[in-house]
Amino acid sequence: MFKSMKSRIAVAAAASMICMTAGATDITGAGSSFVYPVISKWSAKFAEKTGNHVNYQSIGSGGGIAQIKAGTVDFGASDKPLDEATLDKFGLGQFPDVIGGIVPAFNVPGIDAGKLVLDGKTLSDIFMGKVTMWNAAEIAKLNPGMKLPAQKITVVHRSDGSGTTYNFTHYLSQVSPTWKSKVGEGTAVNWPAGIGGKGNEGVSAYVKQIKGSIGYVEYAYALQNHIGYAIMKNAAGKVVKPETKTFQAAAATADWKHAKNFKLLITNAPGANAWPITATSWVIMYKQPKNVEHTKVTMDFFKWAYEHGQDDARSLDYVPLPASLVKQIETYWKTEYKM
Amino acid sequence: MQANRPETAARDIEHRSRKDARHDRIFRGILRFCALLVLAALLGAALSTLWGGREVLFKDGFHFLTSDAWNPVTDNYGALAPIYGTLVTSIIAIVLAVPVSFGIALFLTELAPGWLRGPVATAIELLAAIPSIIYGMWGLFIFVPFMADHVEPHLADTLGKIPFIGAVFDGPPLGLGILTAGIVLAVMILPFISSVMREVFQTVPSRLKESAYALGSTTWEVVWDIVLPYTRSAVIGGIFLGLGRALGETMAVTFVLGNSYNITASLLMPGTSISSSIANEFNEAVGLHRSALIALGFLLFVVTFIVLLIARLMLRQLAKREGK
Amino acid sequence: MSAIYTRRHIKNIAAKVLATAAIIIGLVFLVWILWITLVNGISAFNWRLFTKITAYGPDGGLSNAIVGSLIMDLIAIAICAPIGVLAGTYLAECASSSKFGATVRFLNDILLSAPSIVLGLFVYVIVVIPSTSLSGGAVSFSGFAGSVALALIGLPVIVRTTDEMMQLVPTTLREAALSLGIPQWKMTLQVLMRAAMSGIITGILLALARLAGETAPLLFTAFGNNYMSVHPLDKMASLPVAIYQYTNDPNPTLHAIAWAGALLITLFVLALSLLTRLLFSRKKVSYD
Repeated sequence: MFKSMKSRIAVAAAASMICMTAGATDITGAGSSFVYPVISKWSAKFAEKTGNHVNYQSIGSGGGIAQIKAGTVDFGASDKPLDEATLDKFGLGQFPDVIGGIVPAFNVPGIDAGKLVLDGKTLSDIFMGKVTMWNAAEIAKLNPGMKLPAQKITVVHRSDGSGTTYNFTHYLSQVSPTWKSKVGEGTAVNWPAGIGGKGNEGVSAYVKQIKGSIGYVEYAYALQNHIGYAIMKNAAGKVVKPETKTFQAAAATADWKHAKNFKLLITNAPGANAWPITATSWVIMYKQPKNVEHTKVTMDFFKWAYEHGQDDARSLDYVPLPASLVKQIETYWKTEYKM
Repeated sequence: MQANRPETAARDIEHRSRKDARHDRIFRGILRFCALLVLAALLGAALSTLWGGREVLFKDGFHFLTSDAWNPVTDNYGALAPIYGTLVTSIIAIVLAVPVSFGIALFLTELAPGWLRGPVATAIELLAAIPSIIYGMWGLFIFVPFMADHVEPHLADTLGKIPFIGAVFDGPPLGLGILTAGIVLAVMILPFISSVMREVFQTVPSRLKESAYALGSTTWEVVWDIVLPYTRSAVIGGIFLGLGRALGETMAVTFVLGNSYNITASLLMPGTSISSSIANEFNEAVGLHRSALIALGFLLFVVTFIVLLIARLMLRQLAKREGK
Repeated sequence: MSAIYTRRHIKNIAAKVLATAAIIIGLVFLVWILWITLVNGISAFNWRLFTKITAYGPDGGLSNAIVGSLIMDLIAIAICAPIGVLAGTYLAECASSSKFGATVRFLNDILLSAPSIVLGLFVYVIVVIPSTSLSGGAVSFSGFAGSVALALIGLPVIVRTTDEMMQLVPTTLREAALSLGIPQWKMTLQVLMRAAMSGIITGILLALARLAGETAPLLFTAFGNNYMSVHPLDKMASLPVAIYQYTNDPNPTLHAIAWAGALLITLFVLALSLLTRLLFSRKKVSYD
């Protein structure tokens, strides 16, 4: 059975390759749910413009990395950059596509979005399961005068591997030594408390449904779905709102020029107006792709997105990449990708 | 066909019967091959999960079963939390579904008027036809808020205050959690258990029941003292079939279980199960993490296999008694 | 004496009341679930569902998912129906009392209750990974892989129904045919199968009803597609997976679309199961 199936697939595969080159190109990407809203918007517009379909499935950054390594997709998208050793081992290259912010999202009746103030230490204590009530002293101290209910806190985290989790736990590790030693950072960690939702979508859905809950999601998810989000005290000690301006302030402190393979995390950035949990997302592709045509179309897609997709990105509260960075990426394509 | 001479006719017949025999052999060969495909599909599925999970199963061995860690950062995996969640939700489902199924079977075989039996039995079995994703949606959007607003606060306030038992019903009323998953599972396996019970109840010879009625037994006594002992092994078999279903259910559970790897005594707290762990994490997992998930799949296979084996043996005992 | 009688009487009444309560519980859940699906599904119903694809999200529809589901379900049935019918025939005709037959029958029952997510994993290993390496990445996840996974779900249903239906055909029919000198293959195909036809079709429809609602095995075989794809070797969208993704999303517009999709599937599956009951109402077959 095994053999016959293999040969049947091989024949059919050969047949389909002929069909595929004839019409418009369909490319497939998978990974980060952080960038799903903006990529799917770009994709619909790009399809109208060129007829090429970019089929992007939001399966989590870990999944994006796994599937690009397995060669089952044309590009992976991850909010966690790969290190140089892994990139070299698999012959992969990576470049950023968009910058955005992660916000602590909560559902406490009576407290509106953008009113609750948190700092890194308190946030990590909440996710450690140490601060368990909304009217705890730690939260009250940051929010003088606010009426905090005596409600239990329910932590909502990601149940899948995720770059959002990576950036979030990276930030918590930066601000809390306890978090660093007890939990650590990663695309998935051993959560000390709470329930898990699948994707940014799942976490937002749970936060929306459970009273007294707190989670972390990409800003656009909180905004579009009318979920309350907290404002944060940043590394400079200033309380900032999550918005394009503060994400940009964090991105501005980034030194992309010296970041090899664009590996650079911008959480807990020092700028006075910088949003502390700002994250970049990367696209990962083979440098010597098996299907050159698909990789070319993927580059066309992102090139088009850097140029024409800025307004879409802004409308979804992402930060488009600065022009200098785009130029750097285009050079990277020319020098690193052999096609 | 001119078979004038007897030898030609004989040769003709012999030739034909040889041809027929050959065709029959080929035909049986094809049939047998298809039966072997069924076999291959099952063995292949079981072995491929064993192979895919080998890194974890053979490296950690027994430790994998008993460890409650599930830490992708340190690549340290234990199956205890998913196993615990799977077992507890399935047990809740069985505890709730068995008495209700028994009641349904009793109603349909002894109480309902003839015209009502067919339609009601069909309606109950339609519960089995509803896709599990629909159970998941209903569970998440309708049943979870219902549990959070109307059931769990009362449970926590009443049963949760009792010492010892209290811990089982303590916790915030999330709606999501082990208890909710167990109830949804109970509804899903209800039709399976009740249809087996109904069918085996019908196999009880009428003269046995009639004799009991003639001696003045009540309906309850006939069912409890005559029907149930007569069909006991098959009823247990049916329960195990339902258990097999509950253990492997994925989508509905994934929506309402909460996906947390913490093992807690409270049924109101979220948990995880083998199949929902796989559904949640498989696409994202790499290396040892993926191996651990496939190993979980293998465990699920083994457990389901044992449960169904028991079910079959029990059901066969009844078939034997019937002389089949 | 009368005290005992009263006690027995009360016990009996209590049992009857509880049994009636049980049936009401069962029916309440059925009506509850169907009602919710119907109300939410109808209020979200829109012709856009059939004309727009999922790429447009809240402004889109489900047309590619509907088409994908239809294609994958049909291919799955095309794979599992012939194999299942022949294997079931083997069990009924050639191995009704042999040890091999009993083993296959038992393993078929295991397959019937096997966790569908594990079957999805299996197909990922035997179809998705080999096709990726064989085709150099051009064919990886595919509608075909999804169909194979669904076929594994439908196969045991067909095997079991065919087996039971063939065994119901009276032995006299076999003996009459064989005594006329018809070879076994002809007797099986032309006499027995014709006699058991409605039962076999019932089995195939039941299998279709079962696999049409499956989500878990498609997650890592067919992958999903936001655009229309009709080529079985492309990544393909499906209704259950689209519903799963939309349900996980907090956007209420997507929830509404998911409910409409849920209504479509439920209607399709319930219609199939009611049809099978009409087709074959003479003798009930258990398909636990």
